Amino acid sequence: MEVLLSHLDAFAGGMRTTAELALASFAGALVIGVLVAACRVSPVAPLRAAGTTYVETFRNIPPLVLLVLFFFGFPKIGILYSPFTSAIIVMAVYTGSFVGEAVRSGINTVAAGQAEAARAIGLTFSQSFVLVILPQALRAVVPAIGSLFSAILRNVSLASVISVQELAWVSERLIADTGRPFQILAGTAVAYLMMTLPSGYLFGVIERKTAIKR
Amino acid sequence: MHKSRISLLALLVALAMVAAACGPSEPEPEESPTEATGAKEAPEFAAGSTMDTIQKRGNVIVGTKFDQPLFGQKNPITNEIEGFDVEMAKIFAQGIFGGTLEEAAEKVEFVETVSRVREANITQGTVDFIVATYTINDARKEVVDFAGPYYIAGQDIMVNKDDDSISGVEDLNGKKVCSVQGSTSIANVVEQAPQADISISFDTYSKCAEALKDGRVEAVTTDNIILAGLIDEDGGETFKLVNNPFTTEPYGVGVKKGDDALRDFLNDKIEESYEEGSWEAAYERTVGAAGIPAPEPPPVDRYSSSGASPAATPTGAASPGATTTSAATTTAPTTTTTN
Amino acid sequence: MSAATLGDALGPRGRRRVAIASVLATVVLAYALWVAIRRLYVAGQLDAAKWELLTRPEVIRFFLGGLANTLKVAFVALTMAALLGGVLALGRISRSFPLRAVARAYVEFFRGFPLILLIFFAFFALPHAGINLSRYWSLVLALTAYNGAVLGEIFRAGILSLDRGQGEAAMSVGLPYWPVMRLVILPQAFRRMTPTIVSQAVTLLKDTSLGFVVGFEELLRVGQIAGEFGRNPLQTLSLVAVFYVMVNFTLSRVARHLEIRQRRRYRAAPIEVAGVEDLVAVGAGAAQQPKGR
Repeated sequence: MEVLLSHLDAFAGGMRTTAELALASFAGALVIGVLVAACRVSPVAPLRAAGTTYVETFRNIPPLVLLVLFFFGFPKIGILYSPFTSAIIVMAVYTGSFVGEAVRSGINTVAAGQAEAARAIGLTFSQSFVLVILPQALRAVVPAIGSLFSAILRNVSLASVISVQELAWVSERLIADTGRPFQILAGTAVAYLMMTLPSGYLFGVIERKTAIKR
Repeated sequence: MHKSRISLLALLVALAMVAAACGPSEPEPEESPTEATGAKEAPEFAAGSTMDTIQKRGNVIVGTKFDQPLFGQKNPITNEIEGFDVEMAKIFAQGIFGGTLEEAAEKVEFVETVSRVREANITQGTVDFIVATYTINDARKEVVDFAGPYYIAGQDIMVNKDDDSISGVEDLNGKKVCSVQGSTSIANVVEQAPQADISISFDTYSKCAEALKDGRVEAVTTDNIILAGLIDEDGGETFKLVNNPFTTEPYGVGVKKGDDALRDFLNDKIEESYEEGSWEAAYERTVGAAGIPAPEPPPVDRYSSSGASPAATPTGAASPGATTTSAATTTAPTTTTTN
Repeated sequence: MSAATLGDALGPRGRRRVAIASVLATVVLAYALWVAIRRLYVAGQLDAAKWELLTRPEVIRFFLGGLANTLKVAFVALTMAALLGGVLALGRISRSFPLRAVARAYVEFFRGFPLILLIFFAFFALPHAGINLSRYWSLVLALTAYNGAVLGEIFRAGILSLDRGQGEAAMSVGLPYWPVMRLVILPQAFRRMTPTIVSQAVTLLKDTSLGFVVGFEELLRVGQIAGEFGRNPLQTLSLVAVFYVMVNFTLSRVARHLEIRQRRRYRAAPIEVAGVEDLVAVGAGAAQQPKGR
């Protein structure tokens, strides 16, 4: 127990880095996801193709492979970012493909009548998309987005491989330094619960607030 | 009649040669290193000893590095592991199974042991022993035992070829330095250059080398021998060695704590390899081929298992291009000497 | 599929606008592609020397060995996770409170815990308790522990998605608990679950890449070793990515095919399970259905 208490600041630092990574990646993923979904439902064929390629590529590659490729491979062509930034970019791009799919399925659940009505009153494609379809679609997919955020919280632990000092990295280092794996892992589990439980609750609240009452 | 008498004579001669060759108490001084690979006879071991178990099993499981140039590196084309540690392992195998070095090599199964899993693999018994650029120090001696050392390296610094700003460990202060988590290298840097930025670290040195090449860090620090391997891998084009070692790193063979019989056996084999020239031959085949001349082989440290080590511990750090004198005056294995 | 979801068919003006946008989009994408290729060329990454190693049969065999290891781990872990998931699902719907509590605690814990730490735990911490696992088994155990929880939730959702009437009818005919499960509930639930299970299998396959961090020679590690040896990490890691896409894309296609077939035959909707990353693949597939919804 004292082992955990004496390393509280290390845990706290790790948790903060994990939270920063998760939030930044999530924000990026949302932006990318909406753009990708827009491409996928667009009438412009090349955009549809680009969107589909994006999704099919990034959904099927393990995030760790993307991370290693970006961090160790891309510098060879001049793309070099710090470990922290690299992690955010990769996680945003990766999760963005899932967000894109979720938003797309959300768009498709919005009744066709909505789109027709929007067009009927003279809104352009982009207006009807942004003002009518998207808000309803996003409300429909809040649960899925919530579970994707939990997935991000878990996935940013991969950044430890490229020496970002988030919670998993701190945990590994403490296990090596103190030689007390069980206590450290218990503490790490608590630390992760301290992040997943509140965010799960928060998304539950958002879900209830935005639920479409039919 | 004639033929059988000749063959009987030949048989007697062969037996005599074998009798002369085997028997660790009387090693023969060899003329040239290549003759050390001659066939040996498999000795008998005390029942229940690790060597006996290994011999009965028919193969020996050795932990080594798969990504350490010159010492233990997997060649993806031949699927073989190559390096000085590998050659030492083969020598040990020959000591157990007999036969020629090549035959004994067939009986070695190599398992990859990256730096941070070495102790776990020994204590778990996943491997019989570990030869993997394994520095002997007191902290590790609490968990495992060591035979050897069979080589002395020193911690040094590697920089990009056109970087002249670093000439010693003190220059690392304020610079980004890469090393491996859980290695003695990082601890030494923290001690001797407390303002060095060690935020970027990985689980293998090869990743550190990539980071140096990409400009993520300004220096990589670890044993000079490992650095020499990384430099050599790039044909000497990309990196250079600062060549100012600031520690001594005795490499040993990691064995299970308390297995004194195995430790004695391995120490015997190491000393034998010095005298027979097989050590030097192994060195020339691997590290020597990269242009680093062989130093004097270090005397082995037969410490008693209670932990107290007798006086003769080696100090000379082997830096490429210099010869070492093995003065036996210090007590602790991890003294920090520059030479 | 797409134009139909957003309003009616386009008139001549709309068609013209779309045509212009298409041309523009093609130009922009082609330019982006050209920039990328040029960058590769300038950095010398298109040189034959860097790619030559990948064409050698021994190297290809090395990669295929890594792929084989990946598939082996995935298969074993999936099987064990399925068994564990079955136990957990039954525990969660059990009538006994302690069983439910234990199952719930297990699922809640493992779904929130990073897999990379589970693997570390299996490889580094268990020896302190006397359990020594190889890299392979550490990976398999960690994957099983995590995916068992997820599959347990999938199974539970599948069972619960059935109309209560099924179970009630079966029991009212006099069948006891186990035959009800075995003969009535589980077969129907299973049919609904298959696409989601295959999606989870894809995720599992991707997660085998984490064996990399303990040095297990699965596909990613193989790509890294080869990249260090041949000094062409960009090329080897790209090849690794391509392999993964090929395998997973095929599996996803199987999932979608199963789902379409299930919709048509049994008129059953696929299961939505919170926490399954790729559930959207299944949901999105549903949206692709032609009018007959």
